[in-house]
Amino acid sequence: MSVIVRTISRVVAPVALAFGAYVIMHGHLTPGGGFQGGAVVASVVALLVVAFESGRWKKWKDVLLPLEDLGAMAFTILAFLGLGATFFRNILAGGGGLFGAPVPQLGPNPGALNTAGTLPLMNWAVGLKVIAGLGSVVILLSLFGREDG
Amino acid sequence: MKRWFFFAMLLILAGYLLGGSVWLRPFGEPPRSEMDRYFIENAQTEVAANNVVTAIVFDYRGYDTLGEATVLFAAVVGVVLLLRKVKE
Amino acid sequence: MGNMPFVVSMILVMVGFLTLITRRNLIKLAIGISIIEMGVNLFLVSLGYVKGGIAPIYTYAPPGAKEMVFPTPQALTLTAIVIGLATTALMLAFAVVIYRHRGTLDAEKIRELRG
Repeated sequence: MSVIVRTISRVVAPVALAFGAYVIMHGHLTPGGGFQGGAVVASVVALLVVAFESGRWKKWKDVLLPLEDLGAMAFTILAFLGLGATFFRNILAGGGGLFGAPVPQLGPNPGALNTAGTLPLMNWAVGLKVIAGLGSVVILLSLFGREDG
Repeated sequence: MKRWFFFAMLLILAGYLLGGSVWLRPFGEPPRSEMDRYFIENAQTEVAANNVVTAIVFDYRGYDTLGEATVLFAAVVGVVLLLRKVKE
Repeated sequence: MGNMPFVVSMILVMVGFLTLITRRNLIKLAIGISIIEMGVNLFLVSLGYVKGGIAPIYTYAPPGAKEMVFPTPQALTLTAIVIGLATTALMLAFAVVIYRHRGTLDAEKIRELRG
């Protein structure tokens, strides 16, 4: 694309990446979560594929597809963690330790990042899965039909 | 001929949907609320999460999310299989 | 006109069906199916609205509000949105492959060229 599009996307892409990471990390506190933040980051991938030539993203496909399997595996393993009680039991919540703190105060509160048990970990797993899946779909659609694709 | 049949069916469907949505119930007054009230009141003590929607998605109704992740995985695998490079 | 959001979402569904009937381009058919999905998602979210409610999130919630919007339809709508995204990706991939093999996106011509 033209130099204007490339310059603007160089400015916008880091900001959108940071926003996607924020949405994924604060999924148990603010609106958002793994799916939404993953969609934001995948839109950054689409922006870069459109703005710069798509041939240079060919290698990324081989990186992103195993990452999606990794996200799915992590999500399933986190679900299997609670198998002592039931599937999807939230064993880390309220037990102290990693993400085990209770909410600061019942009702409206400012929120603490170290709460909600397995929910942040599941958000990260699903976010990784959505980033890798949608990013590889966008790259594959842009590469189809090229000679070197 | 076929086209007019489709338009007639669309008109019938439009009447059905519009009538159903007009006489459904008043907007903003859901009739049954026990399950949602339970989620809203107990999400902070049981899951320790401030975001009730995330608590439902990943804890109370985790099976739905597992199926959703499976569907997304199947779609990505389908796209990869469709758009793969075929050896001539 | 108490339940205008239901009517609006059903109008979106009908616009999608009209697109499916009158258009023959495969990309436009995919757009029509996406419009139907949007209407259904809007209908699901508006089913869970409580009058005067706030978003079901306790972080910095306004202290005066006592009602919260129902969270279950929102969670299931999230599921529906992701599934709609997956089907849209598959539909676009099929359209790309069909255009590559047949050289056209017209559904009628694709049907004539069969075999």
